[in-house]
Amino acid sequence: MGDLKMTPLNAEHRALGAKMVDFGGWDMPVQYTSIIDEHVTVRTRAGLFDVSHMGEIWVEGPQALDLVQFVSSNDASKLALHQIQYSGLLTPEGCFVDDMLVHKDADDRFLLVVNASNTDKDYAWILSQAAGFDAEVANKSPETAQIAIQGPKSLEILQPLVVGLDLAPIKYYWYGYGTVLGERCLIARTGYTGEDGFEVYLSPANAPALWRALLEAGRPLGLVPTGLGARDTLRLEACMALYGNDIDDTTTVLDADLGWILKLGKPGSFNGRAILEKQKAEGTSRKLVAFELTDRGIPRHGHECYAGGQKVGVVTSGTHAPFLKKPLGMAYLPVAFSQVGSAFDVDIRGRRVPAVVVPKPHYKRAR
Amino acid sequence: MNIPSDLKYTKSHEWIRVEGQAGTVGITDFAQQELGDIVFVEGPAQGASVSAGAAMGSVESVKAVSEVNSPVSGTVNQINPELGDHPELLNSDPYGAGWLIKVTLSDAGELAGLMEADAYAKYVAESAH
Repeated sequence: MGDLKMTPLNAEHRALGAKMVDFGGWDMPVQYTSIIDEHVTVRTRAGLFDVSHMGEIWVEGPQALDLVQFVSSNDASKLALHQIQYSGLLTPEGCFVDDMLVHKDADDRFLLVVNASNTDKDYAWILSQAAGFDAEVANKSPETAQIAIQGPKSLEILQPLVVGLDLAPIKYYWYGYGTVLGERCLIARTGYTGEDGFEVYLSPANAPALWRALLEAGRPLGLVPTGLGARDTLRLEACMALYGNDIDDTTTVLDADLGWILKLGKPGSFNGRAILEKQKAEGTSRKLVAFELTDRGIPRHGHECYAGGQKVGVVTSGTHAPFLKKPLGMAYLPVAFSQVGSAFDVDIRGRRVPAVVVPKPHYKRAR
Repeated sequence: MNIPSDLKYTKSHEWIRVEGQAGTVGITDFAQQELGDIVFVEGPAQGASVSAGAAMGSVESVKAVSEVNSPVSGTVNQINPELGDHPELLNSDPYGAGWLIKVTLSDAGELAGLMEADAYAKYVAESAH
């Protein structure tokens, strides 16, 4: 237990009575009250998340854009100032080192926000790719805390605490800078829940005060602290990929049905280009689909998928969805079985439970 | 932590309320707290045989599956019809409406191997981390 990393909010979670778990080497809250209640509250009011364990890598210099373009699947040259895009940090085989959010902070400065469990790996990887580029790569994760507020009441709760930045005009996947508790903070309209919300990047020293101020301000509006348990069920309902489950260094961008973050039209070479161009032309052999069970049961990561008595694929993520109230998940299936409406079975501890491929996402918020 | 005094308990956190040659079985308050929100229950069928200490079904929470062991050997003569649509009863009322099965005991001598309420309370306190 002594080896677990702690975010600046660790004492807050414990004071709130959170059930703590080892999440990729971090001592994190999985739930404060109930995963289902926290999940539903995010969809109907708002939830507060400690995401300080996530990684923040800055790329800066005359060739910062070129380096980002080389390691990324998406086209960062299309970003306007303070715009954000989801992207893959690719291996030379077109698979995922990680998935990430690319923020354009200046023509020569980009912020990459990456998964907590991959931060050191991602930083080392980008450094290894940076040799030919006039750019500096800095891992600012240890000095960056991050608090996310997600749900329909997010803006109403956060705005009074922000000086100098009007949040309402900030569109989804854009950001700005405002002063929070006396500190200039990057505030992005992003999240991992499928709801409207904001992610605030700030110094670890100010994180406990902001956490408490938000809980205080949000209490009358129904804001609750939300743990990693609900974070996982929320992102799964929204069909957002989880590295390690749905994507990894053996799945290509196209296998993962993430062609929309692959911009083969962008100029210059980038990791994975050749393989992905070939895959685009010839098609993939498998595809990551969204599915529901049509009989009782709960699909889980690793459950095998069967069709015509043959094993054809595997469940990558599954749960009983707390808001949609049904068993659902994502799975890799052969392309022949990947159309919406395609029927297959999930093997749940020896029982073959019928399932059907459904459109993505499972859940989409009303705009 | 609710541990009713009229029940007997297993090391794997199941309880039995003995009524003559029959008993009602469920999971304890400690178990439901540890599991979190229960979303699916899979139990033995009516008429099935169960064995003391052996798995008779499973409960699934949002995060994980957990087996449920039968405290006694015997035959299942009733299963709780509410749990299909309302698995959350195991969380809200584990000793009442959240009962899992009613069983006819085949060997009442097995009851001596179960814990009384105070022994179970001690057991739970010692295993708490």
